[in-house]
Amino acid sequence: MAQAGHPEAAARFAADDARAHWHDQALWFVRLKRDRQARALPEWEALRACAEKIKAHTASRLADYLEEFERNATAAGAVVHWARDAEEHNRIVHGILAARGVTRLVKSKSMLTEECELNPYLEARGIEVVDTDLGERIVQLAHERPSHIVLPAIHKKKEEIGVLFHEQLGTAAGASDPAYLTEAARGHLREKFLAAQAGLTGVNFAVAETGGVVVCTNEGNADMGTSLPPIHIACMGVEKLVPRLADLGVFTRLLARSATGQPVTTYTSHFHGPMAGGELHVVVVDNGRSALLAAPPHRRALSCIRCGACMNTCPVFRRSGGYSYGAVIPGPIGSILSPARDPARHATLPFASSLCGSCSDVCPVRIDLHHQLLAWRGELVAQGRLPAGKRLAMKLASFVFRHPALYRLGGRVGRFLLRHLPRALLYGRWNAWGRQRELPPAPKKSFRELYGRDDG
Amino acid sequence: MPEVGLFIPCYVDQSYPQVGLAAVRLLQRHGVKLHYPRDQTCCGQPMANSGCDEETRPLAERFLRIFGRYEHVVAPSGSCVSMVRNHYARFLEGKPGFDHLRRNTFELCEYLVDVLGVERAGGRFPHRVGLHQSCHGLRELRLAQGSERVVAPFDKVRQLLASLDGITLVDLTRQDECCGFGGTFAVNEEAVSCMMGRDRIADHERAGAEVITGTDASCLMHLEGLIRRDRRPVKVMHVAELLAGAEG
Repeated sequence: MAQAGHPEAAARFAADDARAHWHDQALWFVRLKRDRQARALPEWEALRACAEKIKAHTASRLADYLEEFERNATAAGAVVHWARDAEEHNRIVHGILAARGVTRLVKSKSMLTEECELNPYLEARGIEVVDTDLGERIVQLAHERPSHIVLPAIHKKKEEIGVLFHEQLGTAAGASDPAYLTEAARGHLREKFLAAQAGLTGVNFAVAETGGVVVCTNEGNADMGTSLPPIHIACMGVEKLVPRLADLGVFTRLLARSATGQPVTTYTSHFHGPMAGGELHVVVVDNGRSALLAAPPHRRALSCIRCGACMNTCPVFRRSGGYSYGAVIPGPIGSILSPARDPARHATLPFASSLCGSCSDVCPVRIDLHHQLLAWRGELVAQGRLPAGKRLAMKLASFVFRHPALYRLGGRVGRFLLRHLPRALLYGRWNAWGRQRELPPAPKKSFRELYGRDDG
Repeated sequence: MPEVGLFIPCYVDQSYPQVGLAAVRLLQRHGVKLHYPRDQTCCGQPMANSGCDEETRPLAERFLRIFGRYEHVVAPSGSCVSMVRNHYARFLEGKPGFDHLRRNTFELCEYLVDVLGVERAGGRFPHRVGLHQSCHGLRELRLAQGSERVVAPFDKVRQLLASLDGITLVDLTRQDECCGFGGTFAVNEEAVSCMMGRDRIADHERAGAEVITGTDASCLMHLEGLIRRDRRPVKVMHVAELLAGAEG
């Protein structure tokens, strides 16, 4: 079974009831903002269907589009690098920086570099890495990882950020006013931008037709980080590709609305080749993605545009926190992607869902998330990763259900025991249902006993 | 009138027989000729949702053998119906009769509205009622439009309830959030499951509901378990009980 189990981590998070409810409310607020924006577009469902089709089409001939992208990006003056895995990605990025004597790097938020663990790799080689997205900078100063892919510091209250900034940035003790703290972070980051020798960004979309990469931020930090220093390194997973520039509008309309409930992100920046006298490097990373593409049940998970809407809507995520998933990408989509990478370590994640299906209906590219979670459960059981006790219980139940007489007898005995056993026995340690809940009633007669006729 | 095979899920059979009886009364009042095949047990959903496909397959095959002969199959449970309609294909695709079974298995309210064309349920229920939208009915059977989707509003269960005399349907803050039952999830992830359930109950209580109703006795079993433990004043009733009781 898994090393890091979701149920235990979730129970620890939920044990602080006030905090878990605060977290739940904060994310639900984002979900409501998303709802308002989605409902403002009568064509919302058509947009989703269109996005799903574009993604499916792109995945069906990904190699062709990647080659087209490389040709056009190179023609525009960018250098395209290919990385098979995280290690190769980190080596390429470090190689570019080391060859140019870069020791100070500013980054805009990129879940791919989190996945590749780029920061510790570069820091171990003497490079200062500063995350410039405010939420990302907060978790970096706190020596934590993002707990959410769009709202990396959503688990922190403003008072906690005030303490952190007081210690790290010298803000006034006890200050928790968001405007004051943001201003302090802005001043601190301005110094980092001015001192940086290179800027690294993620990529929200890459366009095969133009060879351009597109980065969406609300703080303009990617633009600061790529226009001050002369070197821009853009890191992207192979799945970020769309075929034509005309396809992009479908996704930018869906992304901002789904992610934060804005009609559009504040900055949607297109990069076609380097700035005058500068360099643009695009590092294209596979790191397990082509394996996912080759596995039909989970292929659709590759369509994810990382909006985080499935996390905001997920009633389990909201009450268990991003860290409970023990993965770079948490929540419903993370629970599909993580077991593909390491099934032993993430075996509890596909079970960390009530399969309510809200994630599937909120997903802007219509990934059938809850059905994929269910499919994962089947795969994990087939791999022998369900605890023996649970598997045995299911085998036993299945046997009983195949034998009506046994089922009837079992029902009668069960109901009798429920009515007559002392409470202490019924609600013992074995009964996880009964710790916080009463057991269902145990009527004297079952439906089939009451409904006397022998029909059918 | 069509010949209907009545499917009473195992936990309704054992723990909530009154829900099954109410469903029978309701269907008979609308002129349906019912058959209750006595060899039925469980659709296999608990095994399927645990990923135990090997243990599910024989139950799916059994279900087809028992219910395949009826023109329509009706059950007072959205999630068990969704199991047949949306999840049996893995086990039964291509088997004779499966297409017919899949197309003709209905949740109770869905059957009343879509097949029998019932517009007004008839009867009186002078109480404040909160409707708990069970997720599988909502998002797998599309009994209502769902808060995530941008489509014209509709709600088959609410429509039946709203037609009762004297009823007040309360408005929830989160109209269709999951109650946290989720089958084995309720036990595997007990902490989150119970928090979800309590939040659901609190939403209904804030809205002034005296009764929480819904299409799935399993969701209601979870909510009722919390309500009784916490000694909350609100009551739980399956929609079949509510509708059948309202008719007199």
